[in-house]
Order: sequence, then C-alpha cells, then structure tokens
Amino acid sequence: MMGCWLLNEGLSTILVLSWLGINFYLFIDTFYWYEEEESFHYTRVILGSTLAWARASALCLNFNCMLILIPVSRNLISFIRGTSICCGGPWRRQLDKNLRFHKLVAYGIAVNATIHIVAHFFNLERYHWSQSEEAQGLLAALSKLGNTPNESYLNPVRTFPTNTTTELLRTIAGVTGLVISLALVLIMTSSTEFIRQASYELFWYTHHVFIVFFLSLAIHGTGRIVRGQTQDSLSLHNITFCRDRYAEWQTVAQCPVPQFSGKEPSAWKWILGPVVLYACERIIRFWRFQQEVVITKVVSHPSGVLELHMKKRGFKMAPGQYILVQCPAISSLEWHPFTLTSAPQEDFFSVHIRAAGDWTAALLEAFGAEGQALQEPWSLPRLAVDGPFGTALTDVFHYPVCVCVAAGIGVTPFAALLKSMWYKCSEAQTPLKLSKVYFYWICRDARAFEWFADLLLSLETRMSEQGKTHFLSYHIFLTGWDENQALHIALHWDENTDVITGLKQKTFYGRPNWNDEFKQIAYNHPSSSIGVFFCGPKALSRTLQKMCRLYSSADPRGVHFYYNKESF
Amino acid sequence: MGQIEWAMWANEQALASGLILITGGIVATAGRFTQWYFGAYSIVAGVFVCLLEYPRGKRKKGSTMERWGQKYMTAVVKLFGPFTRNYYVRAVLHLLLSVPAGFLLATILGTACLAIASGIYLLAAVRGEQWTPIEPKPRERPQIGGTIKQPPSNPPPRPPAEARKKPSEEEAAAAAGGPSGGPQVNPIPVTDEVV
Repeated sequence: MMGCWLLNEGLSTILVLSWLGINFYLFIDTFYWYEEEESFHYTRVILGSTLAWARASALCLNFNCMLILIPVSRNLISFIRGTSICCGGPWRRQLDKNLRFHKLVAYGIAVNATIHIVAHFFNLERYHWSQSEEAQGLLAALSKLGNTPNESYLNPVRTFPTNTTTELLRTIAGVTGLVISLALVLIMTSSTEFIRQASYELFWYTHHVFIVFFLSLAIHGTGRIVRGQTQDSLSLHNITFCRDRYAEWQTVAQCPVPQFSGKEPSAWKWILGPVVLYACERIIRFWRFQQEVVITKVVSHPSGVLELHMKKRGFKMAPGQYILVQCPAISSLEWHPFTLTSAPQEDFFSVHIRAAGDWTAALLEAFGAEGQALQEPWSLPRLAVDGPFGTALTDVFHYPVCVCVAAGIGVTPFAALLKSMWYKCSEAQTPLKLSKVYFYWICRDARAFEWFADLLLSLETRMSEQGKTHFLSYHIFLTGWDENQALHIALHWDENTDVITGLKQKTFYGRPNWNDEFKQIAYNHPSSSIGVFFCGPKALSRTLQKMCRLYSSADPRGVHFYYNKESF
Repeated sequence: MGQIEWAMWANEQALASGLILITGGIVATAGRFTQWYFGAYSIVAGVFVCLLEYPRGKRKKGSTMERWGQKYMTAVVKLFGPFTRNYYVRAVLHLLLSVPAGFLLATILGTACLAIASGIYLLAAVRGEQWTPIEPKPRERPQIGGTIKQPPSNPPPRPPAEARKKPSEEEAAAAAGGPSGGPQVNPIPVTDEVV
C-alpha cells in the first residue's frame, strides 16, 4: 500500500520529466546531426546554425504533434483503464491527468514552433541575401547552382529582386507554415482559462481548427525545401577538398558539380497513427450518440437542480466517474460532463444537473424544471450519453477507515460513493475491510444541495435499520450564515434533529478546525491506515495534505493518513 | 453561443498578436534583415498594442478576472475615453497598425493575427459591446462599534423581540392600542420581592 502510494505521487513527476527528457534528447541529437552531417555541409555554408535549430525544433514538433491527440482520445483512455495492470491504481490515476498532459504538450508545441519559425525567418533571409551582389565566393557559387540545365539547385530563392514574403508565399512549406501558425495562435488564444470559463462553446468550436492544423502539417514538407547533397554526389565530390575550389567545379574531374535533393516529408509518418486513432475516437463517440438512452425518472429539486435517472444497454459504472451528455435539441455539437450520482448496484444511472450556463439552463427548461406542468415521457428531449470516464473512487474500499471531504459542488462524486458504500455494507456475504467513514461536507449554502441532504437522511435511516449507525459519521459545515440564521439555530439548539437539514447530526457553522478533527480521528484509530479523499478547491486540498502529514505518526505501526489526490 | 462577449476573445487575440509582433520585430532588427526598420516599427506597435490590450474590460454579466497589475494601465486607458471605449475605433486602429508590419516576413504572422483580432473587435462593436474599466471596489471603512449591540435599555419583563425591533411599527401599533415601545410602562405593577 505504501509503495503504491509513493509511486502514485511521484509518477506524474517521473512522466513529465521523461517527456521533457525525450524532447531534449530529440532536439540535441537532431541539432548535432544537422551541424555535422556532410550532406548538409554546403547548406550550412549559406544558412549557418539556423538550419540545425529549425530541423531540431521540427523533429520535436513532429513528436509533440504525435502526442497531443492521444490524451484527448477519451475512449482509448477508458479502454486502457479497463485493462488494469499490476499496481493499477497509480497508473490509472495518471490517465486522469490527461488534460494536463495535453496542455503540457501544447506548450511544448508552442515553444518549438516559435524556435522553428524564428529559425526559418533567418534561413529565408540568408537564402535571399546570398543571391545578392554582395555575396561572394562559395556562397555565390552555391546560390548560382541550378541555373544551368543539369544542375540541381540548393538555394530555393532563385533571384535577388524579390522579397522574402513573396518567396515564402510561393512555397508550399511557406503557405502551410503560415496557415499552421495562425491555426495554433487561434487555438491558443481561445483556450485560455478565462475564455473557457466564460464561453466553453467558443473554446470548443475554435479548437476544431486543429483539423486545418493537421492537414496543413501533413503537406508542410511536400515542397522538399530542405536540401542536402545526394549520396551519389557525395561519393564523387569530396567536400573537404573541393569546397575551396568552387571556381573549378565545372572543370576539374575531382570536383563535379554537387547535386542536391530535397528531404522527404516526414511529418505525416508521425501523425498518421494518432490522427487515425482520433478519427476512430470521434466515430465511436458518434456511434455512442446513436445508442438509445432511456430516461426513467426526472426529479426537479428546488433551487434549480435536475436529477435524471437513465438506462443504457451495457452501461457499467463505478463511483466517482463521470459521463458526457449531449442534448441534440439544444446543441448538436456540445457534450457536457456530469459526475454520476448513482451507485453501481442500482439498475439505473443518475446525474444531478444544476443550471450554471446556457446549456444547463436550456436543459432544465426542456425537462420542465421551470415549474411547468408534468411532462409526458415521450415528449422529453432525447439525450445521448458517452462514458463513463474518470477514475473510480474504489480505493476507498482498500482502507479500514476513510475520511471523505467534499466542498461545495464537490459533493457529487461522494453521493455515488456513499450510496455504493451502503449497498456494499448491506451485502452481508463479504465483510468489508472498510469499517468507518468520516464524511465532511463544507458548503456555503445548503439549499443548492438539499438533494444531498435528503440522501444523507435516507442513509441515516437505513443505517439505523441495519444497526450500523456507527459506520458513517458525517459533519456538515455551513460557511455562509448570517445573524438571523444564527439566532434561529441557537434558539432550537436543544432539539433532537438539526433545524436546517433535519438530520440527527447537527450542522456546524463556519469552517472545520482540521487540527481538532484530525487529532480526534487519529486518537480514535491509533494504528490504522486512513485514506483521505477530497473533492473541491485547491486551497483546501493543500490544507488537508498538510494535516495528513502532520498527524501521521512516525511509528510505522501507528496511524497513517494517506491523501488521495483526485481531480474531478 | 448566447453569452459570449466577443471582445473577450478579441482582447486575448490582440494581446497575443502584440507579443508576436514584438518577437518578430526583435528577430528582424537583431538580424538586420532587409528593410529591418519595419521590424523596429513592429516592436513599437507591438508594445503599444500590448499596453492597450493588457487591462481587461469588465464583462456585462458575472465577474471578470483581472490580469495581474492591470489597474495601472486601466487608469491610463480610461483617460482616452471614447477612443478606447469604443470597439469600432479599436478595430480600425488594429487594422491600420497591422498593415506596415505586413511588409516584412518576420512580422507577417503578427499582421495576420492582429488583423484577425481587428475582425473580432468589429464583430464585438457591431453587437454593441464596450470597454468598461474594472474599478476597484471602495473599501468599506469598518465602523468601530457598528456591530456591537446595545443591551436592552428597559428592565424585564420585556415584550417579545418582534415588538421591540420595529419602533415605527410600534407607534402604529400603539395608535391601534397595543403595548407601546419606548420607556416601558409595566401593565402590572412590579414589586421587588427581595427582602
């Protein structure tokens, strides 16, 4: 358990460093190859080191463009996750950081693209200048190659009275390069966090410019503009001997005119696999879209929360996972993620949707959550479901004691988890390793989550029926309270049930004192491994991690808190 | 796409274009390319665009995340009044700024990006969007003793909280013949039973 946990935390760092390492290796290896390779000797005479910079960054670009489509092939990732390998936990968790990896690779593409573009600006400028009158000697001789019929050219810029922009636009590489760069800039400016939060649709639609990006990338090298000396020519023309005798190339037998050819395009070889994979991914999503989803129950909770119970053939889930939902009646292109709130043991799956944007608001209206008359089942809009995706929270069952902390909207995955715990608890066949769960729910205003309070209430009753009242101990903290509320609560303090939630366990006001909580838990379970699971904002995540470190005892037989970082 | 304020994307695009112009300009000037003076222009234009676009405008709905340290530039940009508020002006300005950079290869990407930003600003202007500065909220001075509640000024027995809290309504209630506020008049004479 401990080894797996360490591996878990360190694995991300190892993977990022490996990626960085491969990038550096490819860059430096290619750089030195182009700096030292004989067949590019004459090219280097004109261009200098910028040839190597451009080619090295081009290889890194190929590598990164290959990688970038893979983290967003969701079905592929689910498939890999399904085939669990030994110590599957940490590896599966890495699969959940796919979007972070996608962004990392995107930054890698941006950096390499900048290097590549700047290097090629210099290259074009130098090619152009070496056709001028001021260019002397070997430079001039090389640039003149290709003017007579049986010579192959080296310098793609053939005359001086032209400008580099025109030259750029006359080559396939130049035009596609410009298109690729524009596509990249558009994608990146519409993917900033600000824009994503303000208008997810703009981000999503503009991102599809990647199709233009990949098409242009595939044909970017077809102009064969990177020219090096052919092998035949190298064998006949000794560079070290002939390079200073450029005036005699036509005449001396030892130094025939060097012949050049363009480099074969290689980008398509790198990106073909992932592009095909991603195309299959989109086809699968389309096929899943066609699959029928039956809506078995629609519950409209007050404060704008819609609960949907659905059924789909072959759908299997685990607590903590999410699905993507599309409603063609609202938008035929958008898929929105929602955490599943039902337990796997139930014969339906459910999500709770809160109105938080135009798509969700439209969905609530379409399902009649705005207080209109009851909807007939056949008049409900059709939904398409893809998934489930995401890491399952099944690690909970590996610990004897668990502390689950949910802040605000982060309570949704725990709904599924708590239900699943109750089901597992009731199945008397296999006794659970898990014997105690502490659940902390911190929210500003309980009204938005009163559906969850109902769930806790029903769990409370069911637990007491089963005689297992001590299995789950939950603490609710309301951080947004005002004086009137406080007055009301103080007046009803002595009653049996909590005045706000109706639950037997009282609601607390303000934030929890984590030191006290952890101290108490550590005292109650002096020699157990305690798993801590959290869903909510980062600041609290850091606090909890600190608490876990503080209250884990140094004694290996003592209490240990294991913080499981989940991202939902 | 009902809620999108196009100006937000135009702003990001213009800021990126400014940076690309600066980079291209530095490359051209440092490398002494042919007609490198366009590169020098590009650096200046890029810096100007970046400074103009750095302060984010306030969104119509919802809260806007400010860029770090943007309040200094907000003050400057606000000074130009309608020239910076109106997006038609910005669209035209960006289009004009982008043209000279198009003559040099190193800055042509900046031209294209800035032209696109100009187009998006035009779209924003057509939809009636405007740049409004994000004002810092005036700090509410904490009133000393404002939250201290005075202890009740009348001795017990006191009427319930509802009657005590609203003096204006009490006067109306008093007119209707209910128990009055203000100095308490005990309906039953109170005797001190301590011997």
